[in-house]
Amino acid sequence: MIAVRPAALLTVAAAVLLALLNLLPAASALHVPDFAVGLAGKYLSFALLGIAVDLVWGFAGILTLGHAAFFALGGYAMGMYLMREIGTRGVYGNANLPDFMVFLSWNKLPWYWHGFDHFGFALLMALAVPGALAALFGWLAFRSRVSGVYLSIMTQALTYALLLAFFRNDMGFGGNNGLTDFKDVLGFDLHSSVTRAVMLVLTALMVAGSLMLTRAILSGRFGSLLTAVRDAESRTRFLGYRPDHIKLVIWVLSALIAGLGGALYVIQVGIINPGEFAPANSIEAVIWVAVGGRGTLSGAVLGAILVNLGKTLFTGLLPELWLYALGALFILTTLFLPRGIMGLPWNRLTGLARGLRSGAKADVAP
Amino acid sequence: MRSGLLLLGVLALVFCAPAAAQAQPAVPQEATQQADGFADIASGNYGRIAAGATGLAASGDPQAATVLHALTTRHLFAAHDGHGLYIRENNTVTDARTGAVVAAVPEGLRPIRLNNHVREAVDAALALLDLHAPDRATRLRAADAIYDIHASITLPALDRALTHEPDAGVRQALVQARAAVLLTAPTPPPSDQALAAIHALTERSGLPARAILAGFHGATPDVQHAATEAIATIDLRLRLWSILQYLFYGISLGSVLLLAAMGLAITFGVMGVINMAHGELVMIGAYVTYLAQQATGSSSLGLALAVPLAFLVSGGIGILIERGLIRFLYGRPLETLLATWGLSLVLQQAVRSLFGPTNLSVTTPAWMSGSIAVGGLVITLNRLVIIVFAALVMLALTLVLKRTPLGLQMRAVTQNRRMASLMGIRTPRVDALTFGLGSGVAGLAGVAISQIDNVSPNLGQGYIIDSFMVVVFGGVGNLWGTLAGAATLGIANKILEPVAGAVLGKIVVLILLIAFIQRKPRGMFPLRGRGVES
Repeated sequence: MIAVRPAALLTVAAAVLLALLNLLPAASALHVPDFAVGLAGKYLSFALLGIAVDLVWGFAGILTLGHAAFFALGGYAMGMYLMREIGTRGVYGNANLPDFMVFLSWNKLPWYWHGFDHFGFALLMALAVPGALAALFGWLAFRSRVSGVYLSIMTQALTYALLLAFFRNDMGFGGNNGLTDFKDVLGFDLHSSVTRAVMLVLTALMVAGSLMLTRAILSGRFGSLLTAVRDAESRTRFLGYRPDHIKLVIWVLSALIAGLGGALYVIQVGIINPGEFAPANSIEAVIWVAVGGRGTLSGAVLGAILVNLGKTLFTGLLPELWLYALGALFILTTLFLPRGIMGLPWNRLTGLARGLRSGAKADVAP
Repeated sequence: MRSGLLLLGVLALVFCAPAAAQAQPAVPQEATQQADGFADIASGNYGRIAAGATGLAASGDPQAATVLHALTTRHLFAAHDGHGLYIRENNTVTDARTGAVVAAVPEGLRPIRLNNHVREAVDAALALLDLHAPDRATRLRAADAIYDIHASITLPALDRALTHEPDAGVRQALVQARAAVLLTAPTPPPSDQALAAIHALTERSGLPARAILAGFHGATPDVQHAATEAIATIDLRLRLWSILQYLFYGISLGSVLLLAAMGLAITFGVMGVINMAHGELVMIGAYVTYLAQQATGSSSLGLALAVPLAFLVSGGIGILIERGLIRFLYGRPLETLLATWGLSLVLQQAVRSLFGPTNLSVTTPAWMSGSIAVGGLVITLNRLVIIVFAALVMLALTLVLKRTPLGLQMRAVTQNRRMASLMGIRTPRVDALTFGLGSGVAGLAGVAISQIDNVSPNLGQGYIIDSFMVVVFGGVGNLWGTLAGAATLGIANKILEPVAGAVLGKIVVLILLIAFIQRKPRGMFPLRGRGVES
């Protein structure tokens, strides 16, 4: 729980700064191009996924290899709303059906698409669907005390099954291509820089809100129980607590945050497809947390941003080397940096700085 | 070439002689047909060519085989007058009727053209000729060919062949071919014959028989009823065969899963950690096969060499992984999982850089390609070989685990690491060797998979999740559990495939598996004992 409040403030401040600099005239030296705002928005959406993973892995000791499933489900729910917003502006100009359904010569909107014309409903679903799935899966898994590597493999099976399912055209979610070609959200043009800047700030606020909310939850009695479950599950059970309930609560909360991240992601990135369910994505999310610092919420945000920034730079400059770099990151972090960047001896550094400052004061005072 | 044809003609003559002797009254009729056959073929009219070809084959003329072969290879020419028929091959022209070499080549020879109808008739005619071949297999093949074509003009020739066919098997095929001809004839046969024919086709079974019966309209309700019943019987039989076929596919998939999962089960059993780079060790085994085939230039020798080589290469890399990475992470299984995942990314990219991202072609030796049919079951040889290979590897591993000192030590460490250590077993050495053994088995899996799947840097990714499922399903530290898990998952996948489709079937299996783990969190055959963590 190191430096959560500064991290939240810093995130919002940085996002506001980026957004403002983006609104400067293009000729200005300080102008931030649109794509950078879009990238920052994407990283912050990933930061929400990072927080979600950290919540279960860092604080409950559940190594999830399938959290991208909750993220992608949230994304799909919001994507469905954006799909409906296109209206008659699609390629086929059909007001009742999204393009891919016209293409598949469907003539009726499937029942589960109803209601997604409304933003509020879509947002609710972006939280409810991942939450419900997590509740079902978690209830089954924790009740029968599936744990450790077995649970990890099961989460991977879950996201793998969803990956296969969403690839099917019959599912009615655009199959292989997913949902894309969005035009606007709540009437605001998605391609305008003002919308993007606002979305970035909103995402930053969500990240900050999630950080503060989870901090509040974790620092209370519930947080202590969670630590107890993580470190000595059997002993906690023998003391009369229900570890399965405690785990379930944190598991569902984590899925909700991941779903929110997915919803914000799809608005800013403009596409969601089954590839988001790929097990590799979930494992990558785990490494963000490992790099930033497992068990520190701010570390999850930091790790998500740093690793994805590295990915953008690497895949742009040296695409061949990205997998080497990512692989090395996995290996080196686990071997030499088990507590991540946040686990480095910062205290000593700040202590050193404080010592210097007080030393300087001492010089002045007499 | 010509002497061979001559020999064939002589044989046909010799063989047909008794037939002609037995069926005396038919001779004059055949004589007229013979004259017609050549003329019909020379006429240039497709309908007459087809009839002529069959007539010629039925006639027993010694030139028939030569002429029909020339017709299919387009070496048969008609003279301008529409009567003369010549075979021109390598600048030698022979008279089709006599086989004599013609010195003065007539002007204006035109080739005899074929269309699909004629080609079918010529095939049937050639099959008719083969009905009298001395070789049993040739006769059987001819009967089957006629069964497939079931042209009504073949009926007299079939009847004649039936009168003197000595072999029961060939007789049965002839009867079935005759039944097919009868039931597809433009005029329906009398009821008693029709019933016999329906019976014969029911015995034959298979999709062609079903199609013939479905197209047949019985003259009387009795016959029609028999045909409907026959279709139902055939359908049932086809369904049973297809279930067996899917069972075979399932066992085949299971054997592949078993190969991929056995190594995983060993390393997981002893160290309690899943090696995420296991799929890449499988992939390396497949690349070793490719290299061995390239180096030896022979698919068989390369494959044979690849078996020990892949075991050594993958096993060696496995030991390196254990010594260089995993031993620093003991007691932290989840971290090991992440580190080996990182390693898998590096290995994939390394292979991609070395060999390129595209699929490499690993050739299948001739003795492994093709298939054999057992009843209605088609068994592809490469899959059969892999099933046998998986069984052998399983047997070898069981022997290593049960009969060698290393196996004994491995089992001891699996069951209770600290106790084993106290008894003087050098657990680090056992760990390294176990990891090497498991990785070597992964390499063997790669050799097998290279024969049925694309060899590319992503090969391992396709199998790793399924292998996890097998290990989790079967339970840890027990090879029989792995076997049961692999067989169950393989068969369940393939049985669900025709019902729900390949993708949906797989999803259903995954969901069932997730549900199963709720009931038995440690797999079908969990490890028991004090060494198991709480």
